[in-house]
Amino acid sequence: MDAKNQGPLKGLRLIEFTTAWAGPYATCLLSLLGMEVIKVESRSWLDHTRSRSFSTGRNFDNPDQSGVFNNLNLNKKSITLNLKKSRAVELAKRLVALSDGVIENMRPGVMRRLGLDYDAVCRIKPDIIYLSSSACGQVGPQREYVGYAPTFAALGGLSLNTGYEDERPSNFMGAVDLRSATTAAVAMLAALLRHQRTLKGQYIDLSSQEAITVLNGEALMDYLLNRKVRTRRGNRDDVMAPHNCYPCAGKDNWISIAVASDEEWQALCRVMNQHELENDPRFSEQGARLRNQDELDNIIIEWTRNQDCYHVMEVLQEVGVAAAPSLSAEGLFKDPHIKKRKVFRQVDHPVLGKHWVITPPWRLSETPAGIQRHGPLLGQHNDEVFLGLLGLTASEFEVLKEEGIIF
Amino acid sequence: MDIWDERENGAQSEEFSSGHSESDGVLEGIRIVEYCSGVSGPYCAKILADLGAEVLKIEPPGVGDETRYMGPFAGDDPDPEKSGFFLYLNTNKRGLTLDLHKPEGKNIFFRLIRGADVLIEDRAPGYMDGIGLGYEDLEKANPGLIVSSITPFGLSGPYRDYKAYPLNTAHISGQGYLLPFPSPNLDRPPVKVGDHASEYDPGLVAAVAILAALLWKGVSGRGQFIEISKQEALISMQRVESVTYANDGVYMSRTGGLNPMPGGVLPCKDGYVVIITPQEHQWEALIRLIGNPDWSNEKWTHILHERNQRAQEINDHLIEWLMQHTKEEIFHKGQALGCPVAPLLSPEDQAYSEQYAVREFFQENRHPIIGRTQLPTTPYRFSENPWHLERSAPLRGEHNEEIYGGRLGYTAQELGKLKEEGVI
Repeated sequence: MDAKNQGPLKGLRLIEFTTAWAGPYATCLLSLLGMEVIKVESRSWLDHTRSRSFSTGRNFDNPDQSGVFNNLNLNKKSITLNLKKSRAVELAKRLVALSDGVIENMRPGVMRRLGLDYDAVCRIKPDIIYLSSSACGQVGPQREYVGYAPTFAALGGLSLNTGYEDERPSNFMGAVDLRSATTAAVAMLAALLRHQRTLKGQYIDLSSQEAITVLNGEALMDYLLNRKVRTRRGNRDDVMAPHNCYPCAGKDNWISIAVASDEEWQALCRVMNQHELENDPRFSEQGARLRNQDELDNIIIEWTRNQDCYHVMEVLQEVGVAAAPSLSAEGLFKDPHIKKRKVFRQVDHPVLGKHWVITPPWRLSETPAGIQRHGPLLGQHNDEVFLGLLGLTASEFEVLKEEGIIF
Repeated sequence: MDIWDERENGAQSEEFSSGHSESDGVLEGIRIVEYCSGVSGPYCAKILADLGAEVLKIEPPGVGDETRYMGPFAGDDPDPEKSGFFLYLNTNKRGLTLDLHKPEGKNIFFRLIRGADVLIEDRAPGYMDGIGLGYEDLEKANPGLIVSSITPFGLSGPYRDYKAYPLNTAHISGQGYLLPFPSPNLDRPPVKVGDHASEYDPGLVAAVAILAALLWKGVSGRGQFIEISKQEALISMQRVESVTYANDGVYMSRTGGLNPMPGGVLPCKDGYVVIITPQEHQWEALIRLIGNPDWSNEKWTHILHERNQRAQEINDHLIEWLMQHTKEEIFHKGQALGCPVAPLLSPEDQAYSEQYAVREFFQENRHPIIGRTQLPTTPYRFSENPWHLERSAPLRGEHNEEIYGGRLGYTAQELGKLKEEGVI
């Protein structure tokens, strides 16, 4: 693993009270950039990603066995506090007083009941940046509604706008949460930047539903400008044709091809060895290609169906036609470009052994983001945080553990 | 004195402040130059502009940003000043036209860069270096400059120079298999996420790194270069799903066959709803919602893995009930019982949603050509820095006079000449 954290956020500290994907990945992004992130969790309200994976259907007997948790909590520290007990809340507050930011994604109202809401925390740390991430936001009639990634995608309008026109709209799973998470990281960093300049803290209310809504700009604008409601159109585009995935040799292998100009179209015809199509009035200009794209797709399918998808990419890229295979998890892992750029890497995990994760998505020249540590074991940093940072004595620490406060 | 400072000193021209009060944005005082087209780069700069940064958007003279030619257009009139797509992606920015290939254009560009904190550019790998405006050239002029490059495949590797439109970038990052989940029919191609959503993501990912680099600049005074590959930004957004094969050797089929759960996207009387009940009490809430039908009293319905095995059968039962109820009814009744259920909203539904209304998610925009329209705002509310629509998306070259004339000091005559020569 990268020897030392050189990330741009070195020196900043954040306390998180989050579970699932959207909260944990927000702070994971910050920890990859060098922030010290202390995750407050507990055996009494275990993060469900420590228990099971919705992606693979696997259940875990042991909270330290989850690859999903590992992948979403890299570099962080974990402490355990049973926040149902008031002394645990007091300890959490002492940690907040030593921190720059707080992120929580409890159901709205929970942090207030615990005595850890923004107003309470402000009394001990007036310049704290405190971000609440929730399904629909902290205000409004739906503020207490529960949700997961699929409901965010549904309420955000992305589900209805994705899929084939003649089939049900698409469902979305956990990955949608990572959009909300990245949005939270943006908001937290912006507020930290303002703090750097003004020394002022503030509260941020983030709605996951809205974080997805803003990614659906064209459909929104079509309604707001023209009162038109768009429908899902598979892989198709407003302007470009061909614009689809085409079957290749093997099982469930596809190549995406998009043509934006007449030059690209003519190059495609030449590579397909169908010169007569170049001047065929059905396809010779963009509008005609768009109108006749069903026919066009069938012609291309005939050409691609028995070819290797990487071969099709190469011959088309050579003549300036945009083509790229549609990759599965296996395809990504084996792709030569992704390999060369070291997008996948292994971390050493005490329970999982060598475990593959995705590297940070940015390359910063002076302050590289990096992975220093596997996702923490449950309570792995209790000693370091309670004895070191908070300065408890060994005997105080033992008593708190015995009484189920550090739990 | 650099050109940006004049504003702080209050020496701005009349037209600079006409009709607007300068709001106290979160990123007030951050200065950004955007040289981008399309979605990812402009969306990244929009995020920062909406947070209060000052963004100068540079478009090549004549044509301008490609989204000016992409719909939806106001009134379906394909006029480059009527694109709703451009309008959305470029709020709160000032618009300049500048030809970076002409010597005077370069000269002006360097003057803008000298006082800037950030340059966001999305040109093909090597392009900026080729015209003498690469990071090394710019860094000499301004060591505090942060440059963020956004390209489909990054600046190295075998696909570096490959052509990729949004469709290609989405598919080669695994989204067809790992994002819209599942796209179940193996006879049909894997399907991308709707419209250009896959192009917004890299802009969002880039904004994180830019803000982090700005924080470091605040400490060190130094800038840096940030490389963003859209493909990698998108893979990182499916980071859990992407490693399933590498770690578990499992092939996550897009049929969703690995872990079928009852629920998912299901039809109802007036559209669709999505139901997900990972916890037992949520499943029980769902059963209460549909009125405790006879089949739900059978023993197997209390056992998670049996339910999963009979997911299709359960869904058939659910659909029977759902088809007699509207999505709003199902949503509110289900949520009142603690069942995670939601309607699949259309933009029309969102425009009339009480939740959005209370949160003032849509706000009015005035555009000189499009007129008055509602615009979506941002997904976060800052207690100290409320969102403002400071200005609508710029017309082509709308702020040339203000910036080149008012701040760089070009006279009307000189501006006329620059225009004639095609520099602006």
